[in-house]
Amino acid sequence: MPVPARKAKDYKSDIKPVWCPGCGHFAVLAALTKAMAHLGLVKENVAVVSGIGCSSRLPAYIDSYGFHGIHGRALAAASGLKAARPDLTVIVAGGDGDGFSIGGNHFLHACRRNMDMTYIVMDNEVYGMTKGQASPTTRPTWCNSKMTPHGTGIPSFNPAAIALAAGAGFIARGYSGEPSELTRLLVEAMQHPGFSFVQVLSGCVTFRPDQRGWKELVHPFINDLPTEDRVKAAQIIQADDGKATGVIYATEFPVWQPENRTETELSELEEEFYL
Amino acid sequence: MNNNSQASASGESFSVAITGSGGSGAVTAGRILLEAAAHCGFQGLMTRSAGPQIRGGESAAMVRFSPDPVECMGDEYDLLVALDWLNIERFADEIPLSNKSLILCDPAAGEVPALLRSNGAEIREVPFKVFASGLPEGRLNMVALGAAAVVCGLELSAMEASVRQVLQGKGKQVVETALRALGLGYNHDRRPRITIPSPGRQDNRWSITGNQACGLGALRGGVRFVAAYPITPASEILEWLAPRLEKLGGSLLQAEDELASINMIIGASFGGVPSLTATSGPGLSLMVEGLGLALVSETPVTVVNVMRGGPSTGIPTKSEQSDLNIALYGLHGDAPHLVLAPLSIRDAVFTTQWAVQLAEHLQTVSLVLSDQSLGQSQAIIESPLPCERSLQRAVERSPGGDYRRYQVTPDDISAMALPGTPGGMYTADGLEHNTRGTPSSMAADHREQLNKRLRKLEKYDFGDDWAEVEGDGEQCIVTWGSSTGVVREAARRLRQQRGEVRVIALRLLAPLRQRQLRQALEGMRKILVVEQNHGAQLFHYLHAQGALPPSAQSLAQPGPLPLRPGRILRALEEPFLYNTPEQETDHAGSRTQGKRL
Repeated sequence: MPVPARKAKDYKSDIKPVWCPGCGHFAVLAALTKAMAHLGLVKENVAVVSGIGCSSRLPAYIDSYGFHGIHGRALAAASGLKAARPDLTVIVAGGDGDGFSIGGNHFLHACRRNMDMTYIVMDNEVYGMTKGQASPTTRPTWCNSKMTPHGTGIPSFNPAAIALAAGAGFIARGYSGEPSELTRLLVEAMQHPGFSFVQVLSGCVTFRPDQRGWKELVHPFINDLPTEDRVKAAQIIQADDGKATGVIYATEFPVWQPENRTETELSELEEEFYL
Repeated sequence: MNNNSQASASGESFSVAITGSGGSGAVTAGRILLEAAAHCGFQGLMTRSAGPQIRGGESAAMVRFSPDPVECMGDEYDLLVALDWLNIERFADEIPLSNKSLILCDPAAGEVPALLRSNGAEIREVPFKVFASGLPEGRLNMVALGAAAVVCGLELSAMEASVRQVLQGKGKQVVETALRALGLGYNHDRRPRITIPSPGRQDNRWSITGNQACGLGALRGGVRFVAAYPITPASEILEWLAPRLEKLGGSLLQAEDELASINMIIGASFGGVPSLTATSGPGLSLMVEGLGLALVSETPVTVVNVMRGGPSTGIPTKSEQSDLNIALYGLHGDAPHLVLAPLSIRDAVFTTQWAVQLAEHLQTVSLVLSDQSLGQSQAIIESPLPCERSLQRAVERSPGGDYRRYQVTPDDISAMALPGTPGGMYTADGLEHNTRGTPSSMAADHREQLNKRLRKLEKYDFGDDWAEVEGDGEQCIVTWGSSTGVVREAARRLRQQRGEVRVIALRLLAPLRQRQLRQALEGMRKILVVEQNHGAQLFHYLHAQGALPPSAQSLAQPGPLPLRPGRILRALEEPFLYNTPEQETDHAGSRTQGKRL
């Protein structure tokens, strides 16, 4: 039976986003709903899970099941949900602070565990919700936060390199200013079996007005990508300026599955205790 | 009233401690002795104690058996079996002996240490080593076990059956040698010490540890997803559950840390699968933020906390009931939730099952406070009763046009739409929200949802299982969790001396059943609150809740030494005074105190 064509707006809820006018996240929301429509996802079979931060407000703006949890724990909540309900399409959304700082450990282990889910990180190199502090992806010399008046002085976190090292099988980078490419990346990510990671450069107009300049800096990868070669991917990521977009690495690793089989009654298990 | 914890009758029992250095087989010998006693129809309990070493090092097995249920260790030991004397001083506090005790030892191991001679115990020497070395691969623990069986009055045939059962995985040769060694020890000196008549073979007896009992209770409660991080002394719950969950169509996921495990079970429960994690103090501390999320998003979860000495890393291998405060008060914000505690190993099956079902029905957080002394002890018990109650989560299967996930209802429980259900889409949130689940910082929404989350617990009828109340008279001991066993024994002894005493053992600590507790305390002139921690946490909680009269007295003793029945009886005899200064009264660090006025 042909499935009726779905439109992006079918996946939007009626809740108005809290984001600032001009925020990059609007474009990410639009690209995500377009990707969902393109894939014809059944809304009630989708769960969007997030932590805390501006971008983590996204689940409520999608007309599907959503879970807006606590700071840094989106991947953990999503992993439990996927393990218990493998039938669902699980999408995880969040920001750079949520995913790479407070949630950094879960990022490593979600990459390793390779559950079939898509993780979208809207990276604006700043904590927006708490009014402009440096995040793990902020460059060390950025001095515009009162909390780190001399800059952080520590090298910024390279999400793609960490994801590759931790074992992710799908790594891409998109830009909120290139919505049609971003939609395509998200479609590919959701189609990938296993854990797929999409870093989206999504500028903060309020605390990082300098990011308006990304429009001139962002460019496609010049390499022949995606690669299945981990060493080549590592070289490209290390040589990269952080502003190139596209799917960098795509390869299929065994996907985590629960080993459950319904073969026993509980009363049979209790037999072991009888003397 | 749930009758899952059994009242003791005669009080006849026999207590044995087996000690030895690493690899000497003290714990194996303890298990064989316990199961042999079970073959003879006794009930029993085995606790263990070990040094800090990961492998090897000295260890001790403490076994107590009786025709009646055994829920604690006694005041002292009837028999000490010393396989050798290495580091025996580490156990001296844990194994009290008297001039009525017997020490079985090998002259080849050297002099009996002065520490043990001073208590006047009788010494019986048996050449363990000579007998053992006469057999190929002979083990001296089996020789000692044979000699111990005579002292305990256990039949050789029961011992042999138990050796076969416990050692069956080690191969035929090992079993044959063990049986010969056992026989040599048994026939060396046939003078029994005490003979408690064997009750004879009993049906429906279980051999189970407290950690297994919690695991089983979880499965009976319907848990089909567990995420957890290894921690002493809770790991055995997880190791027991992992293969069994698979067989029941569920799964266990080893998480990267406790922050992950709590959030994983919240995610799984949001998906509709009853979920649980097990941990100990440090893990519970990490989970607390997640508990608040589960509570506010009304996502049911159960956490079994197997308490150990704290704070911080504390004493990981030894028991203490010192996590009551964090369980009651650890969450930020106004966060009403459930706190329960099993009253015995047998009761851990019921209490954990009840905790899971309450969490599911009330869509909230259930904390179960077990501890190392319950979790890692092995008990021979009457098989637990099946739980007849079946509480389930209210699930919205066909949401109407205006589905409101957090609708205020007469019982304040709102049906949950599960992912996959058309028309029920909502976003669960740790942010305060309105009835639809949409984030809201409005005063009216906050008040409404705070009230909802409180009232659903207040309105629920928890029935008679909130506590086990036994006995009459004008004096009363109030206790909780694992201290119940030793309190019951103290009460039984008092009754044997024609004294009357009531015992109130609290299973449901939060929400406290104030009306029922006050009723149970009515007419009591003397009230003693007994618990195993330094801060008298239950005593202060009950006072804060207005549940105790000012005259109530506390007996609080921190871990790692177990409370002894005699200490409780002494505390009852002490004068009860208002405003008594805290008194440190013995080497175990127990303190009695009254209310500070």
